[in-house]
Amino acid sequence: MNEAVGRPAPRLTWLWAVIPLAILAGLIALFLVTDPLAPLGVSVPPIEQLTVERTVLDDDGITLFVRAGGSEPIGIAQVQVDGAYWEFSQEPAGELARLQTARLDIPYPWVEDETHHVVVLSNTGVPFEHTIEVAEPSPQPTPARFMAFALLGLYVGVVPVGLGLLFYPFLKTLGRRGLQFLLALTVGLLAFLLIDTLLEGMELAAGAAGAFQGSALVWLAALVSFVVLFAIGRRGGRAPNGLGLATYLALGIGLHNLGEGLAIGASFASGQAALGAFLVIGFTLHNITEGIAIASPLTRQRVSLLTFVLLGALAGLPAVFGTWLGVFAFSPHWAALFLGIGAGAILQVMVEVGASLFRSGQREGKLLPGASLAGFVLGALVMYLTAFLVNV
Amino acid sequence: MTKHKGQRTQFAPDLGRRTLLRSGLAAGVGTLLAQLARPLDGLVLAQGAPAGEAAGHATGHSAESAAGRAADYPGQAAGHGSHHGAMTTVGEVDNARNGFDPHDILTDWDGGRVSTAANGQTIRHYTITAVDKEIEIAPGLFFPAWTYNGRVPGPTLRVTEGDRVRLTFVNGGSHPHTIHFHGIHSAAMDGVPGVGAGMIEPGDSTVYEFDAFPFGSHLYHCHAVPLKRHIHKGLYGAFIIDPDPARHPEQEAVARSRLLGTPENQRWQELVMVMNAFDTNFDDENEVYAANTIAHAYMKKPIRVDRNRPVRIYLSNLVEFDPINSFHLHGNFFDYYDHGTTLTPTLKTVDTVMQCQAQRGILELSFAGFEPGLYMFHAHQTEFAELGWMSMFEVA
Repeated sequence: MNEAVGRPAPRLTWLWAVIPLAILAGLIALFLVTDPLAPLGVSVPPIEQLTVERTVLDDDGITLFVRAGGSEPIGIAQVQVDGAYWEFSQEPAGELARLQTARLDIPYPWVEDETHHVVVLSNTGVPFEHTIEVAEPSPQPTPARFMAFALLGLYVGVVPVGLGLLFYPFLKTLGRRGLQFLLALTVGLLAFLLIDTLLEGMELAAGAAGAFQGSALVWLAALVSFVVLFAIGRRGGRAPNGLGLATYLALGIGLHNLGEGLAIGASFASGQAALGAFLVIGFTLHNITEGIAIASPLTRQRVSLLTFVLLGALAGLPAVFGTWLGVFAFSPHWAALFLGIGAGAILQVMVEVGASLFRSGQREGKLLPGASLAGFVLGALVMYLTAFLVNV
Repeated sequence: MTKHKGQRTQFAPDLGRRTLLRSGLAAGVGTLLAQLARPLDGLVLAQGAPAGEAAGHATGHSAESAAGRAADYPGQAAGHGSHHGAMTTVGEVDNARNGFDPHDILTDWDGGRVSTAANGQTIRHYTITAVDKEIEIAPGLFFPAWTYNGRVPGPTLRVTEGDRVRLTFVNGGSHPHTIHFHGIHSAAMDGVPGVGAGMIEPGDSTVYEFDAFPFGSHLYHCHAVPLKRHIHKGLYGAFIIDPDPARHPEQEAVARSRLLGTPENQRWQELVMVMNAFDTNFDDENEVYAANTIAHAYMKKPIRVDRNRPVRIYLSNLVEFDPINSFHLHGNFFDYYDHGTTLTPTLKTVDTVMQCQAQRGILELSFAGFEPGLYMFHAHQTEFAELGWMSMFEVA
């Protein structure tokens, strides 16, 4: 069949990479010049989009970081706060091209702990609404604050993972059944994290400018990171196990914790962290199981203390960076991207741990041994129930 | 009334105790900060408010509170003087591009082309053309209006009781329109669909003709359907019928003071204000409120008033979607003539009056013996006030 296809002279083959593109360019030019839509009577007004990506409240009033979207450049005409036209300044001034950002400073005497509604009106009178749910002074990036938020990240990420890793000596005493149970528990736990990460990503994606296609960004990032990590993990032709598997676990969980940190930081920045200490303790309890999960594949080999420290850091420290980013430099599309990558990493670990469970089950002649099933269910259940602590 | 406005709209938002403490402490350094911020301010502000606005805000507040707020917002204080929180639209409307100036509209009486009939009756000939036109209703905010003669509100028609009004209406717009007058006329001249000439199609014209009765402060508007849209798009204007003193011998002096052009009338400072509003995103809620279309026009550039001469305001309400509107004067009181159809006030010594849509009346007030300065007036639906219907008299 292939032989039947006539091949051009080898020297001219490259032309076939150019000719379709040249025709495409020609067609686009033709389209723009002749305006074939004119007979359809299409003369719709431009679609305007404006997304508030970040809000800062301080002694000078309200500052909004906005990003334009839509089909034409958008001009910001006026700003209302709580149903009153208010003075504002825009930087940079002028119309905002598609995806261009600007900073709006509004010297409004906002009231602590109360809700404020901001409306940005475009030249054509389209209102873009933004609600500040609970007005709190935005944290300024001072060294003391950096330390305080780092501590928060440590409590949410490093401490629970480290505590979980401390179960290691006990885990070593478990038999084959016990280990199966433990690995299945890990998969159940990861199932929860996967869903949680994706949902969190979707939520953040909804706040991103339309052009970024937030939801697609999350799914694609998840898919790509899964494929890439899977390929890297199996580059030797074998499924990762032992320390390799533990490392991938730590990476996936680390990326998830980055997302968790982002969420916590962002809620502190926007005054929504009403739970305060309760929230942090909740995350600490919730995340202890993550440490157990990382330790599980290591029970059959000798592991140095340093390795444990590194694994703990890989899984836990991203929570610190996430918290910083969430508080001081939040932008929804980047957050959505990170969470998508995290979801892919979690999926990869689920697949690998699941595969190793199946292999051990096959050796027993069972597809899904009771211990595995119980572990999976318990893992998902424990995560779901401890999540009661952090969801209101 | 916008859907997206705050549930807890506050006219003068409370500064928290903490903020007050902070401003108190910072008051001393406020001026210094303001000075420091001054060179930067011009660069940062994309659309600075004009100086008149700042001057307007400056009155009525003690130096102490002004300093406190200046400390809160040093950048703003530098650019705009010390004033209360900067509740305003930012920038200036291009009146030249609009083709009308809200300050000119205040005193722009249109008597029409005058001729006399065989029986001695004065005939006032008008031509009004409906035109689609985009107008700037607040700085940078454009509204695709339908207008009479290219302006919103349309021309202020001013005639005398008993005059013959002969008005040629040309529809140069893209939709069928009419002119419906509030006044006494035959059914055929009512300017409503299905009666008389009915709806005037684009490109068509008709003549509305009637004797001007009763005297008063009236209005006209398009009565084509859907009515809501034809009104809020801008098809309305004031229609004033001055009393004929000869017909009111018992109150001739009062009637003469109302009749445009008499020596008694020239003492008065007469102003016409059509309260209106605009729904810029067509969700049946208004985004901008004003007197005579342009938000904050008389706030940024107050209306100058000579305190030695009395003031008469022909006020009408054409706001769509909201049931009522109002006029509230600061530091003074006025007499009110509902519909302007009487020569004695229907309300005496009030400082607030409310009007439903199409209600109108005459306000008479005096600043004689008052301290010169800025006297505020606005809708006392504070929500409307904060969305543009906020003004000042500069009494000198």
